[in-house]
Amino acid sequence: MGDWLHQTERWLRGLIPVTVTVMLVFAAALPWRLPAFVEVTPAFAVMVVFYWTIYRPERLPYVATFGIGVLQDLLAGTPLGMTALLLLVVQGVVASQRTFFRGKPFLVIWWGFSMVMPAAGLLAWVIGSACLGTLVPLLPVVTQIVLTVLLFPVFVLLFRPLGALASPRPG
Amino acid sequence: MRVGRGRHLVLAMPGRAFAQRFAYAILACAAITLMIISQAEPRLAEQLRVGITDAVAPIFDFFSRPAETIAGGVDELQGIMAVHERNQVLEADNDRLRRWQAVAEQLSYENEMFRRLLNVVPDQRARFISARVIADSGGPFVHLVMVNAGQAHGVRKGQAVVNHDGLVGRVQEAGKHTARVLLLTDLNSRIPVVLEESRERTILRGDNSPQPYLAFLATGARVKPGDRLVTSGEGGMFPPALDVGIVSAVDKDRATVQPFVVWERLDYVTILDYVVPGVFPETRRAARTGSLQ
Repeated sequence: MGDWLHQTERWLRGLIPVTVTVMLVFAAALPWRLPAFVEVTPAFAVMVVFYWTIYRPERLPYVATFGIGVLQDLLAGTPLGMTALLLLVVQGVVASQRTFFRGKPFLVIWWGFSMVMPAAGLLAWVIGSACLGTLVPLLPVVTQIVLTVLLFPVFVLLFRPLGALASPRPG
Repeated sequence: MRVGRGRHLVLAMPGRAFAQRFAYAILACAAITLMIISQAEPRLAEQLRVGITDAVAPIFDFFSRPAETIAGGVDELQGIMAVHERNQVLEADNDRLRRWQAVAEQLSYENEMFRRLLNVVPDQRARFISARVIADSGGPFVHLVMVNAGQAHGVRKGQAVVNHDGLVGRVQEAGKHTARVLLLTDLNSRIPVVLEESRERTILRGDNSPQPYLAFLATGARVKPGDRLVTSGEGGMFPPALDVGIVSAVDKDRATVQPFVVWERLDYVTILDYVVPGVFPETRRAARTGSLQ
């Protein structure tokens, strides 16, 4: 009985990263109508995938990332598969550098994100332009990159306690 | 015991890593395949999108209310800060509008008289469907909003969407209970417009920036900042004479337009179920003349 409870608890905790990501994808699509958000919504999904890939990679399997990307494409109306591919690329790149990022101070992590985000934004721009069949204006993309990089620390404050909750209780 | 566990890990890790890499490659290929399929079969992608949108609409409908409340709160706060200034502007506006009201009433009466004199066939009246904006994708690639009215309420693909400020865009996809509206700022938006003063006809094109621009301006076209734009009704998709925006800047070969719609305040919209005049004009005219004789 106790074992069963423990298993369920572990399982529920393990679901936290994916749940948080899905919630953020939904939240980004809500009509907030805050002056800055109308034009460009920060790329929440990239933030979340970057964070969990470093700190809780086992809690964010590739299948979940793919699903989250497709969900965002469906909700936002972006070319289907575009965000899925983008998030997978981000996850792949970050996973390969995970040992470098582990245990580093936050500033290093932020620096890492400020390297990954522009690359991801530009990749999105290339894919988006190819899918839409025209050169998408670059300025909103750049704005989104800058906004996302600046907001990253705020979200890390939120993810940290959730990350602690997502890991199995020690002992 | 410990040794055994360690050995087990050593043996298991390469297999697991391989499986993960394999999964990664398969999923990346799946994403690319999805992109290709949605390009080759846009209808399939659209159906899928509409289905998912309809399924998640209740969630958005529920959560967009608090989001709206927050948005309303921000609006309120901004309003309180600017209340004195706005009051002065509004009073001045009110004075001006009263004078206009008198002029409008007079013109409307005169117009009515002329119409009666000339026996003008009136335009088809549009039916209205009012809906609330429940999601706003707001990204650098597409400018779409989701509204909580769909085919069940008479919404069809291509219908014009307006609010109290002016033209918002057109219905891109209509699900059963929801629809997606392509805003006039979107990259794919093309709207036939006419400059109110010079009667110059052109196309308003979105470029994902807040200010769309006039494409295909004839050489020597008379356009200047401050010119008002309304829909021309050409192509039959939109009713004519819907307010669109004001020309904000004119360059050598490009005129940018400031839409009347304030995107921050896009909460309720009206979808126009418009029947193109001219579909049955002959029968109508025949009936009319018949009844006159």
